Amino acid sequence: MTNPALATLLQQPSGRLDLLPYAALLDLSFERVNGELQLVMPFDETLIGSPGRLHGGAISGLLELAGLLTVIATQPPGEALPRVRPVTVTVDFMREGAAQEMRAAASITKLGRRVVNVHAQAWQGNRYKPAAAAHINFVLDWPEQTPAP
Amino acid sequence: MSASFAEQVSQFMGPFVGRVPHNKKLGLRFIASGDRWVELQLPYAPHLLVDPDHGIWASGPIITLMDTCVGMASMLARGAFEPHATLDLRTDYVRSPKPQATVTARGECYRMTRQIAFVRGLAHDGDPNDPIAHVAGTFMFAASKLAGGWQ
Repeated sequence: MTNPALATLLQQPSGRLDLLPYAALLDLSFERVNGELQLVMPFDETLIGSPGRLHGGAISGLLELAGLLTVIATQPPGEALPRVRPVTVTVDFMREGAAQEMRAAASITKLGRRVVNVHAQAWQGNRYKPAAAAHINFVLDWPEQTPAP
Repeated sequence: MSASFAEQVSQFMGPFVGRVPHNKKLGLRFIASGDRWVELQLPYAPHLLVDPDHGIWASGPIITLMDTCVGMASMLARGAFEPHATLDLRTDYVRSPKPQATVTARGECYRMTRQIAFVRGLAHDGDPNDPIAHVAGTFMFAASKLAGGWQ
């Protein structure tokens, strides 16, 4: 399972996310900024959807990974880690994604043992001017030896 | 909309899908289209996974596939290559694709208004009656306000 390795990695102040092949495809890295886990997607021509604009799918992928990694980073250390999978993802696109770096971060609305509700935001330049936001419901699949209450 | 536009689109779309840089990167391809629907495919590739140990797909590539698919369907329903932007898109992941499956998506525009296209779509890995994902979303057409576009 890649989750324990990821959980360890996410304790670092920054790093690359090449453990996840799709994150490697997006060239993602992460940084802790004032305690917040931020994902960084540098601009690349292969992210383009329509001329001069990032593909909405790449932006959605970034938002989901920000949510997923925030959930993994929030699991208590030393415990068996669940598999985290998105069940519903709703993305709102507020501004077009320009041909420049995009960042994303997520906050957990409710951390349950079976379901985690997450809000993720992506922006370019100004942290408080979101380009896109996602509401994601993750379901946690626990290893069988740890029965869910 | 005129039949000639649908024909024009079906001829144009194959190369169009391949020309969009991010689609090209993922390996997306055009299969078929009708008056207001489009079918696309995304064959398995290792870089589409989020968990290589368990062969689990990332969901980002599925959204890219569905977003592209329903976006094209809305263009077909519009009957013109007008610039448009995704307003929102909801994806329900019904189940994971089978390992190394080719994912097929079919999207349609079920309602077009002056400014908004309402779309929906399903993705499956072989059997359309056993879907892996469902999407519902809206696109905004506002030619004067949106820069760019392929045409």
